[in-house]
Amino acid sequence: MQVRSQISMVFHLDKCIGCHTCSVACKNIWTDRKGAEYMWWNNVETKPGTGFPTKWEDQEKYKGGFEKNAAGELEIKSTSKTKIVPNIFHNPHMPSMDDYYEPWTYDYQNLFNAKEGSDQPTAEPISMIDGKKIDVQSGPNWDDDLGGSPIYAENDPNLEGLTEEQRLQLSSVERLVFFYLPRICNHCLNPCCVASCPSGALYKRGEDGIVLIDQKKCRAWRSCVAACPYKKTYFNWFTGKSEKCILCFPRLETGQAPACFHSCVGRIRYLGVLLYDAEKLEEVAKLPDDELVEGQRDMILDPHDPEVIAEAMKNGVSEGVIEAAQNSPVYKFVIEWKIALPPHIEFRTLPMLFYVPPMSPVQASKVEDTITHNSENLFHDIDDSRVPMKFLANLFGAGHEGVVRYALAKQKAVRWHRRAETVGDIDRETADRMLREANCTREEAEAIYKLTALCKFEDRFVIPPMHREQAIEMMKEPHEHREEVGFGFVGAPRRGV
Amino acid sequence: MSEGILNQFLFIALPYVCLFTFFLMTIHRYRAQSFSYSSLSSQFLENKHHFWAVVPFHYGILAVTAGHLIAFLIPCSILAWNGHPLRLYILEVSALACGLLTLIGLVAIVIRRGTTTRIRKVTSPTDWILFAMLLVQTISGVAIAILHPWGSSWFATNMSPYLWSVFKLNPDISYVVAMPHLVKTHIILAFLTIGFFPFTRLVHLLVIPNPYLWRKTQVVRWYGQK
Repeated sequence: MQVRSQISMVFHLDKCIGCHTCSVACKNIWTDRKGAEYMWWNNVETKPGTGFPTKWEDQEKYKGGFEKNAAGELEIKSTSKTKIVPNIFHNPHMPSMDDYYEPWTYDYQNLFNAKEGSDQPTAEPISMIDGKKIDVQSGPNWDDDLGGSPIYAENDPNLEGLTEEQRLQLSSVERLVFFYLPRICNHCLNPCCVASCPSGALYKRGEDGIVLIDQKKCRAWRSCVAACPYKKTYFNWFTGKSEKCILCFPRLETGQAPACFHSCVGRIRYLGVLLYDAEKLEEVAKLPDDELVEGQRDMILDPHDPEVIAEAMKNGVSEGVIEAAQNSPVYKFVIEWKIALPPHIEFRTLPMLFYVPPMSPVQASKVEDTITHNSENLFHDIDDSRVPMKFLANLFGAGHEGVVRYALAKQKAVRWHRRAETVGDIDRETADRMLREANCTREEAEAIYKLTALCKFEDRFVIPPMHREQAIEMMKEPHEHREEVGFGFVGAPRRGV
Repeated sequence: MSEGILNQFLFIALPYVCLFTFFLMTIHRYRAQSFSYSSLSSQFLENKHHFWAVVPFHYGILAVTAGHLIAFLIPCSILAWNGHPLRLYILEVSALACGLLTLIGLVAIVIRRGTTTRIRKVTSPTDWILFAMLLVQTISGVAIAILHPWGSSWFATNMSPYLWSVFKLNPDISYVVAMPHLVKTHIILAFLTIGFFPFTRLVHLLVIPNPYLWRKTQVVRWYGQK
């Protein structure tokens, strides 16, 4: 057993209202720069929808993530070690700016400088790259709220395996449905971006698992952009360096939640430590698709187990981190309650951001002018809900419905339980039966309810002490270090010399 | 007399200035501005013609440079290889083919950069100077291969000793002063390119990813590890 700690995340999709506050918070702090205008380290997608970059989940197109070769070994789908040498000059699977969008602003000066004429002057869109007028074809959240739309929602790769009837339902006006999928870097346990970097510029921090790009070692070979199946490494077209979500590590190191977490209006985000067994990594990443979710859970260790604690201490995990792991809201959602699931684990990078799948209203049909619902329980019939189980399974269960059904059934049971407690129009017996069927106790239901609905700041974010001072202590006495470096010297990210 | 001084300047002083600049400035730039070491790829901005420009150029120039290097390092083996006419023809033809490949790629690169407004925005004056130098260098190289054939042999007998004498700090320019002007231009421009190298995007070839093929799949950095 080799115990490591990992800062992990849970996004509760049932609470996401799609307001994009997270995206804006992130953009204002990190990517409001030349070359990074088009980057959205945090973005919110409408599902069903094509996402950002367009159809990122379609690995036939982008070749992201790992695949198993004939010998059963993991191989990077885009540029494996043998493929990188001949392809170093031109990466065959590199997305281009047109797969994202060309960033633009507006020609506001024209409002002041336009010659006198018979029309009102307008501020036309101009490219932020070459300053020329552009005909804006797409942009961030271009398909926002367009569930049911023919050119966006219908092209969602997660619709694969749905029956023709289900697809038709998703686009007929009365049954139309969508939910939101906020996305940041998953800070995977088996990051494909790190594995693909020819320069070794990408790395995972040993102490907290945050995946970073060493800007001084990045040489713009672009492999990470092609390799990341979530398309969460971005190429800065101006500096010639790749960039990605840094999980706001400067904020975490000072005990603050990352900006997107902190600003979340729906309070859907949770952050905490998970302890895991790094020795199992390779074995789990090679499991068959239907065993991946369970396999990843098996890697995650119980922070209350004395044996795990002893091994963790032996491996240099500090007491403060172990304590944070014991109070981790992520551990509760992922391991204790099993209602949070990894996105597209079939890409085999073992993402450490988990999603609580959303509930949705039941299907309805329109006969003449009357709309009738397929089930009496408008919000609670998970098998008749408007988002087909298969769709959620494609997103969160590697195509297998079992784990998704379990998570939804438990959420449904919690709702019935609370309804019996507070409103009283459901009898206790029915609620208890519902809990039993969902493999849930009353205590657990209460705990889920509390952490979902009544969670305070400190319940959602259990940030471990990061012990950044140790990074210096190993080499030098901290006071001496401070005297030598002062505030340090940080250069602006220029292009070339 | 003045021609003698000019020759001494071009084939003794200039090479040393350029080589000195090369070694000093690449090391200095790596230490002081490692952020600036990047291939500055433009594939992200334009992906349709990228392949047809960049790939021929890189494969071509790598082969041509390797050829020069081999003839410099092991001139005797090259001469022995060329002992048989057929082998000489094969070497000459493939060298010319690689030179043409480089030229085609380079022209395509320049056209692509010049005509794509997105890429023009990230092309500096230094880049244009470099492209001009490389273009002249490649054209003169191809012209030499056509006008002064059997270069693989005369490089081994005449150029290699000159280059060795430069590196041994005992320059002997008697080999080069007798060369045609085209060849002299090629030599001078080669040294100028080497001297200009540390100030351009060319530095990316010094940081080609060698440990990748041998390193572990995942990279983990711990505190205290630089």
